[in-house]
Amino acid sequence: MSASALNDIREEVLRISGANPKKCMSCGKCSASCPASFEMDILPHHFVKNIRDGNIENLLKSKTLWKCLSCFACVERCPRAVEPANLVEAVRLAVIRKKGENYLKVDDIPEFIELDNEIPQQLIVSAFRKYSK
Amino acid sequence: MQRIGAFVCWCGSNIAGTVDIDAVTKSAADEPGVVYSAEYQYMCSEGGQLAIRRAVEEHGLTGIAVCACSPRMHETTFRKTAAAAGLNPYMVEIANIREHCSWIHKNRESATEKATILMRAAIAKLNLNKPLFPGESGVVKRALVIGGGIAGIQTALDIADAGYEVDIVEKSPTIGGRMAQLDKTFPTLDCSACILTPKMVDAAQHDNISLYTYSEVDEVSGYVGSFSVKIRQKARSVNRELCNGCGDCITKCPVKKANSEFDEGLSKRSAIYVPFAQAVPNIPVVDRENCTRFKTGKCGLCEKICGTKAIDFEQQDEIIEREYGVIIVATGFKPLSPERYGEYLYGQSPDVLTSLEFERMMNAAGPTGGVLKRLSNNEKPKSIVFIQCVGSRADAKKGKTYCSKICCMYTAKHAMLVKEKYPDIDVHVFYIDVRTPGKNFDEFYRRAAEQYDVNYIKGMVGKLADEDGRLRVIASDLLDGKQITIDADLVVLATAVEASPDVRALGTMLTASMDQNNFFTEAHPKLRPVESPTAGIFLSGVCQGPKDIPETVAQAGAAAVKALGILSKNKLIGNPCIAESNELLCNGCSCCENVCPYGAIEYTEKEINDHGNRNNRRVAQVNEAICQGCGACTVACPSGSMDLKGFTNRQIMAEVDAICRT
Ligand SMILES: Cc1cc2nc3c(=O)[nH]c(=O)nc-3n(C[C@H](O)[C@H](O)[C@H](O)COP(=O)(O)OP(=O)(O)OC[C@H]3O[C@@H](n4cnc5c(N)ncnc54)[C@H](O)[C@@H]3O)c2cc1C
Ligand code: SF4
Ligand code: SF4
Ligand code: SF4
Ligand code: SF4
Repeated sequence: MSASALNDIREEVLRISGANPKKCMSCGKCSASCPASFEMDILPHHFVKNIRDGNIENLLKSKTLWKCLSCFACVERCPRAVEPANLVEAVRLAVIRKKGENYLKVDDIPEFIELDNEIPQQLIVSAFRKYSK
Repeated sequence: MQRIGAFVCWCGSNIAGTVDIDAVTKSAADEPGVVYSAEYQYMCSEGGQLAIRRAVEEHGLTGIAVCACSPRMHETTFRKTAAAAGLNPYMVEIANIREHCSWIHKNRESATEKATILMRAAIAKLNLNKPLFPGESGVVKRALVIGGGIAGIQTALDIADAGYEVDIVEKSPTIGGRMAQLDKTFPTLDCSACILTPKMVDAAQHDNISLYTYSEVDEVSGYVGSFSVKIRQKARSVNRELCNGCGDCITKCPVKKANSEFDEGLSKRSAIYVPFAQAVPNIPVVDRENCTRFKTGKCGLCEKICGTKAIDFEQQDEIIEREYGVIIVATGFKPLSPERYGEYLYGQSPDVLTSLEFERMMNAAGPTGGVLKRLSNNEKPKSIVFIQCVGSRADAKKGKTYCSKICCMYTAKHAMLVKEKYPDIDVHVFYIDVRTPGKNFDEFYRRAAEQYDVNYIKGMVGKLADEDGRLRVIASDLLDGKQITIDADLVVLATAVEASPDVRALGTMLTASMDQNNFFTEAHPKLRPVESPTAGIFLSGVCQGPKDIPETVAQAGAAAVKALGILSKNKLIGNPCIAESNELLCNGCSCCENVCPYGAIEYTEKEINDHGNRNNRRVAQVNEAICQGCGACTVACPSGSMDLKGFTNRQIMAEVDAICRT
């Protein structure tokens, strides 16, 4: 992706998240609070740093986008009110808003139900909201 | 009509290199009121000053305009020159053609033009100058120190040793402050009580020092040199003259369950108590909220046992009124309560302590006799986790925005003290940065890491979980880039330093400005660090911002010296450039009073003779001893009644007109 396209994404992420990664002091409290950190390739504090530094490309491919539970523990505990989850969310939106980039597709549903047929409908609906445009 | 002399300085090549001195001097001669103009290489030198004096004499000058450097640099010099030549020193105006002109411009032509304009403005103002005479006021030779921690004690001792009387007003029943609660002190690890208690005793025994403990300042009025203060000495329920400090009452008191403030609630005390064994004064206090006699009317055991009949349940608060020349604020701090950070389980697990609680636990005279234990089961911990920066360095919504400055050092101290006493305990410290500037400070911290095997981990703790009695610490290890878990038996939180509660009210009483964190503001952050912007109010210790004991003591001494600078004078010469209200114009609206940062404006009901029309009106009056001449009121006044002597509205408009003239 071109540098200017990446920069456009960065601007968009900053705008829709309303978060300011420059306030981050890299204390790591978000990553320490994150229940999904073990499954992430880029930890929340590092995610914030990447946005600050303009390294957007690897974030677009990052597993973190899909592993973040949106539990907001990081937002709650960040001493500097950076709101890391909002940044993760904004990058996730930047990905799924592109044509053909939905993370969850209708065809995936039978597989879920096979996995656990008591899976609540609501969960599927909210997963759609979160992972698909 | 003035007879003005204009003097243009080269300042070597500093001004002459960029400004055409000759041109400025010549055009000065054409300005209204100017009867003489001259130039000189260095106006501030002896030769330059002599040239001014001669010109005053030869040309009968009534005012002097000097076009030179910033008035901050040499205004006083030229005022003295004027006085030596027999002029009123306020008949001097300075045009700053160096800092405001030659230094910041390159183009000679435009710099010369600007210098000419600045010269014109100064002369236009000078045409309207009037001689001004500073007022004088007396000095009460007594100092008030508010707060009896190490800061207040040191300031009081220094002032008292210099021969002046000092009163210390301390809120709690004893002096000593936080330092009395500490175990050992960094960076030398000497015992805190061993170095503090002799000073407490010195203060108590000093002929020039009077202690008012269990007391608070109720009211302050007046101004530098002559403050009147009402001190409320709270009822101790013990007669200070009769009590001999035997402590029989304390032993006898059946109430044993009140929380000890001194031990941060880790131990219990009786209703009648002295905070700790070396308290000064060693006179008990009845805590009326916990005393059975005050709650139910029954008991009175302490009264019965007391051999000197010192117990006095009827004692009332006493108000003492005193005059002081200066006031030194030394109200210190309180560690922030970590309860709002639920993730640390403070208040939920007895094994999570604040650093100050930890100090008490490590102290041989403390609640556990200096034995480190888990309060949940009285067992010795195997692993301890220290967490730094709790509540510090945060967004304003989430805590304190500043670094508390002392916690990196005291955490290193705690870690080493544990390792020294119990080498088998694992000690981990979570940090964001280790901040240890200071003489021998970084060496101290490195010793913890290198010699004592303290495990420093870069990263914050996310949360604690109580796992079958042990505390699971979930944290970041940022250098490894992963989340880690450590099982701890004891967790210690290095909580932020917070200004003492209710100092805001004190600040208002003193009209001493405070920052958004309730720390007192200094008059200049670099050049006047121990003075409040309010004349006669000085700052000592942590009330001005977080600091350790060495810095506190240094500042306490500096505050004493500044206070002595006033106490040693018989008269204070005021600044005559202060506000003045025109009673005929004043409509009593209070606008000026609301903006005055020094509380210099009062109102009186007065009969005003307005062109033969007599009526009673509420009018503003400026207290000349308090006004600092900041001019805020002159701008706020909607009726144009307030004016600043030496900087009147007319003078300023004349400057503006001169600048705009083409
Ligand atoms: C856990 C911990 C460990 C520390 N360890 C060290 C160390 O090892 N070495 C070191 O150099 N520093 C250490 N410090 C810092 C040290 O405690 C402070 O530097 C020092 O106590 C500051 O002294 P102070 O007099 O300014 O304030 P304080 O000690 O807080 O004293 C202020 C006094 O003013 C009184 N007061 C408050 N408000 C009023 C009022 N309105 N009217 C009247 N009186 C009032 C208070 O009761 C108190 O007695 C430590 C601090 C903590 C919290
Ligand atoms: S908790 Fe906040 S300040 Fe700390 S690393 Fe995460 S985003 Fe940055
Ligand atoms: S919101 Fe996402 S990144 Fe933040 S703590 Fe929860 S799972 Fe981790
Ligand atoms: S009267 Fe109060 S202070 Fe005295 S012994 Fe009884 S409870 Fe204690
Ligand atoms: S002194 Fe150290 S522990 Fe305290 S707030 Fe500053 S960095 Fe954090």
